[in-house]
Amino acid sequence: MYNAHRRSLFLFAFLAAPVTLYLVYVISPYVQAFYIAMTDWRGVSATPEFVGLDNFVRLFSDGIFWKAVTHNLALLVLLPLLTIVIALFFAFLLNVGNGRGVGGVAGSKFYRVVFFFPHVLAVAVVAVLFQQVFRPDGSGMLNGPLMALGARPVGFLSDPDVAFWSVLGVMLWQAVGFYVVLFSAGLASIPRDMFEAAQIDGAGRVSMFVRVTLPLLWDTIQVAWVYLGILALDVFAIVWVMTDQHGGPDFSTTVMAAEIYRNAFHYFRFGYASALGVVMFFFTIGFTILSLRLSRRERIEY
Amino acid sequence: MTTTTSWTVANSRRLARREGRRRLGPMAALSHLALLLWTVLTVVPILWTFLASVKSEDEIFGDAWSLPATLQWDNFARAWEQAHIGQYMLNSVVVVGFGTFGTMLLGSMAAYVLARYEFRGNRAVYLLFVSGLAFPVYLALTPLFFVVQNMGNVPLVGPFIGLNTHAGLVLVYIAYSMPFTVFFLAAFFRTLPQAVAEAALVDGASHTRVFFQIMLPMARPGMVSITIFNILGQWNQYQLPLVLLQERDKWVLTQGIADISTAAGYDQDWAALFAALTLAILPMLVVYTVFQRQIQSGLTAGALK
Repeated sequence: MYNAHRRSLFLFAFLAAPVTLYLVYVISPYVQAFYIAMTDWRGVSATPEFVGLDNFVRLFSDGIFWKAVTHNLALLVLLPLLTIVIALFFAFLLNVGNGRGVGGVAGSKFYRVVFFFPHVLAVAVVAVLFQQVFRPDGSGMLNGPLMALGARPVGFLSDPDVAFWSVLGVMLWQAVGFYVVLFSAGLASIPRDMFEAAQIDGAGRVSMFVRVTLPLLWDTIQVAWVYLGILALDVFAIVWVMTDQHGGPDFSTTVMAAEIYRNAFHYFRFGYASALGVVMFFFTIGFTILSLRLSRRERIEY
Repeated sequence: MTTTTSWTVANSRRLARREGRRRLGPMAALSHLALLLWTVLTVVPILWTFLASVKSEDEIFGDAWSLPATLQWDNFARAWEQAHIGQYMLNSVVVVGFGTFGTMLLGSMAAYVLARYEFRGNRAVYLLFVSGLAFPVYLALTPLFFVVQNMGNVPLVGPFIGLNTHAGLVLVYIAYSMPFTVFFLAAFFRTLPQAVAEAALVDGASHTRVFFQIMLPMARPGMVSITIFNILGQWNQYQLPLVLLQERDKWVLTQGIADISTAAGYDQDWAALFAALTLAILPMLVVYTVFQRQIQSGLTAGALK
């Protein structure tokens, strides 16, 4: 009896602090957000009034909201696709790609170390760095050489047609190395014999990649897809810090998270911002469930 | 018979390798070219920033690739003092230090109990924590601001954990680091053998003592990975401090860096901006170079589970 009592006291002592913190700072804000989304709350002094689904109705006719959603969806398709293709390519070269067909090219460790580095930098720091890299005149790292060659400078961040691609480019720059390392780890856990056997059976590089590497890496690719998809839906700092007018020019780069922040902390439209947050929540949950469903496949045991 | 077979296998492998080397020579060269290209893409923007950090204002606005006439080390002094990078960095160290320590302590305690003890509600508490992995933090942003503001009104401790306090931010960091920390460590604790802990309990050690003196040391590899994960995650956090710390002298490094570039005006100190960027990147580069193996495995560990 005494022992049972001691045991439950121990369980309580170990769980009390983490659970309390988590309920206060994480769960309660999420729950409140769903309610606030149905009010017209605009500030500290005004008393929020329940307005039902009005905020959501307004959202649907809000052009900026749709721009943000479009950009998030474009990133949702492009970022995982491009990152995974590039990272798989490099991971394959680094691990299976030497002349013998098995084992990495010389210096593969060095490449891995260099490629991964951008991932440890803060997104806010990367955003400021590329703001300078993308300067619109001859003092920009990219426009300098372009203009020296006689080309017209590119408005990487000032041209509404280009700015979105600059954002995507920087996200790729930061993401690829992480997935090279992730896929390398996945490849390293595949027994060497598989590749050697395939090679002896006469498999070339391409068929080796398509028929051996890809199926055996499928689990890792699936994880990468979900991670990158969430990254694409969650993107904030790179847009907020790097682009002109926080998501500009003319909202050509804005994303859902930026609009939530802008509405809540620049316009003090707390109700409307929360409604945006609810929409974003359903996008994220929807994406996660959908991708886990679609990519479910027999796991290959080896 | 077996020896013959293995000889044949070894021999054919060697033949295949020799064959492969001859055939794929140019391919290997192309591989290196592609890899070098990405290396350049990765390294050059960073080196260019380092270079600009020792240029004068005029040189920065001139040709992007010119070398500085004299090295302007003074830029760093101005970034450190006038742009307050020193202060912001110190703030970051304090917040991340306490944040990660608290996260690891509370996260490992919760994960251990959830992984190794059966009790009513175990599954529910675990799912509560793990469900946090799927929520976008932006949904909670507005209410979180008011939760922290209200914490400021709690008697006695209020002034220390409200808005614009480092302790308040630390608590928020700990709470938002829980889902992944608990998820990862619970999985890790489940893989550890039961026998040692049982023997200690039989010998009369308390549950608490078993945890701190036996289980925690055994969980060391997992703890190291997730500590690195949390340090980097909290160090690079921008969104939460942006909302919760509005007083300049409380800011963390990411806020400080982001601000110098947006704080418009004619007196913008561009040279100091590059120096500040360099000050933010260099320590990461050094730490990364020394601990790159641990950092890589720490950050990818979560994805491989």
